[in-house]
Amino acid sequence: MTPILEAVGASHAVRGREILSDISLRLHPGETLGLIGPNGSGKSTLMGLMAGLLRPSRGEIRLEGRPMARLGRRQIARRLALVAQSAETAERITVRDAVELGRTPWLGPLRPWGAQDDDAVAAALDAVDMAHMAGRDWASLSGGERQRVHIARAHAQAPRILLLDEPTNHLDIHHQIAILDLVARLSVTTVIALHDLHHALRCERVMVLRAGRCVALGPPMEILTPALIREIFAVEAEIIPHPRGGRPVFAFQRLA
Amino acid sequence: MRARAATRSTGRNRGWLWLAPAVLVAALLFGTAVGETRIPLATVIEVLAVKAGLGSAALDPIDASVIWHYRLSRAVVAACGGASLALSGLILQALLRNPLAEPYLLGISAGASTGAVTVAVAGIGAGLLSMSAGAFAGALTAFALVAALARAAGGGTGMRGAGVIILAGIAGSQMFNALTALIIAQSASAEQARGIMFWLLGNLSGVRWPDSWVAVPMAALALGVGLWHARTLDAFAFGAESAASLGIDLRRTQALLIGTASLATAIMVSIAGAIGFVGLVVPHAMRILVGPRHARLVPATALAGAVFLVLSDVVSRIVIPGQVLPIGVITALVGAPAFAVVMIRGRQR
Repeated sequence: MTPILEAVGASHAVRGREILSDISLRLHPGETLGLIGPNGSGKSTLMGLMAGLLRPSRGEIRLEGRPMARLGRRQIARRLALVAQSAETAERITVRDAVELGRTPWLGPLRPWGAQDDDAVAAALDAVDMAHMAGRDWASLSGGERQRVHIARAHAQAPRILLLDEPTNHLDIHHQIAILDLVARLSVTTVIALHDLHHALRCERVMVLRAGRCVALGPPMEILTPALIREIFAVEAEIIPHPRGGRPVFAFQRLA
Repeated sequence: MRARAATRSTGRNRGWLWLAPAVLVAALLFGTAVGETRIPLATVIEVLAVKAGLGSAALDPIDASVIWHYRLSRAVVAACGGASLALSGLILQALLRNPLAEPYLLGISAGASTGAVTVAVAGIGAGLLSMSAGAFAGALTAFALVAALARAAGGGTGMRGAGVIILAGIAGSQMFNALTALIIAQSASAEQARGIMFWLLGNLSGVRWPDSWVAVPMAALALGVGLWHARTLDAFAFGAESAASLGIDLRRTQALLIGTASLATAIMVSIAGAIGFVGLVVPHAMRILVGPRHARLVPATALAGAVFLVLSDVVSRIVIPGQVLPIGVITALVGAPAFAVVMIRGRQR
């Protein structure tokens, strides 16, 4: 089976210094992959590479088997949507305006807005439960609402792959869970950068990055061992089973 | 709710666009009628009708000449220039995500002036087209320098980045204005120097019909490029990276759109000198009136820019009896306070 998105020994260098080295990854259709690692470990850079926004200095990224470098921006945007870490605007746009931007790769001067675009936008607004706020100004939204609108925009793009760069950042716990549940409901292949290891447990696989290198890749329960957490995050971790059979809980302590 | 949304999205609700030609024609007639000697509107319409071959009334040859050769050509070029400059500002604001971006503040006008003056003084070809080419080269050079300087100074998006590129624009403007002054001092005769200085302030006095052969196609081109790329300009709402992830080819788009904005500025500078602030004031006013969608914003900005410059030109002719002020003085008197308002509002965000 051809992986839907594939990195083959991909590296990225800025001014000659490699900040991401030899990342190889085969993403299967429909799976959810979590990216974890300390600040500055290269998560956002890997997101940029996978989104085709950055060019690998070595290696290659392939989208549905085809080298990303040979695809046009519009072809990429029809298959893959990115929710970046912080995307803000000073324009006085409404929620609906922002979601409608997701239709951009499907439209052109000779392909005007149509009924199917209205449907896509309506479905996206429903998916994030923002339909009742479609007319609200961007400036009046809370952080959680903005994140939901960004996800709706990505949804309206009708992608097969969704890349989310720390979508739960700066959100209260209620909204963090709401966003993760929302993303789980969307039936697309997802790569999601995360800080909270509890959230990572919800993914089918996780990739652990440190200093631009992949340290581990696999199902979270196999990968996130106390030993690995100590090595990567420099904290002592204890894994406590959930009393009613749910996902386990981590207890952390600074290394003595 | 859905029906309203559909109308908004497709831009079908453009009834006001039918008013646009009427408003433009009214402004042109007004601009033609008002001046040092006021000519009755009836006479203006009569002369235009005869010139258009729609009648054969006996005309006062002086009135006819003033109306046809001086006033109307001037009003038409003012309208095209206003539309071109306003669209340049709109495009630059969208692409740079900078509410203060416009050709004058970014030093593009100053660069174009240097280019045009170089050609004029050196006498290369010495025509409107060669001056326009010189101005275009100067405009692109200035933008490249300003962009490189802003980049080196660590300007990104956001209000800090906005400040950095405007500072770079000021530095660029000063440098190119100094170069222009140097070229004039070194090479121009006293007679040339006086003419150039007056022209540099932004002046439509010398405009005749041949200028419109360049100005009209330029305004049409800027409007066409703007309309064709309306959705592209929308896609920059959340920044260049976001636009790229929405399928916009950044390099191609930026080259084409910034090239168009620079060309429009260069053409206007070679015809009428550096007219400031049109590109700042008009797009902001239109955003308030018609909203942030470029499918509406582009035609609205073109129309308002055209009307604004025609009216500014009228004001420049009548504000001090017996004396014509450079039009750049009028636009700056309106534009500088508007600039202050945008800056203060930007800080509050």
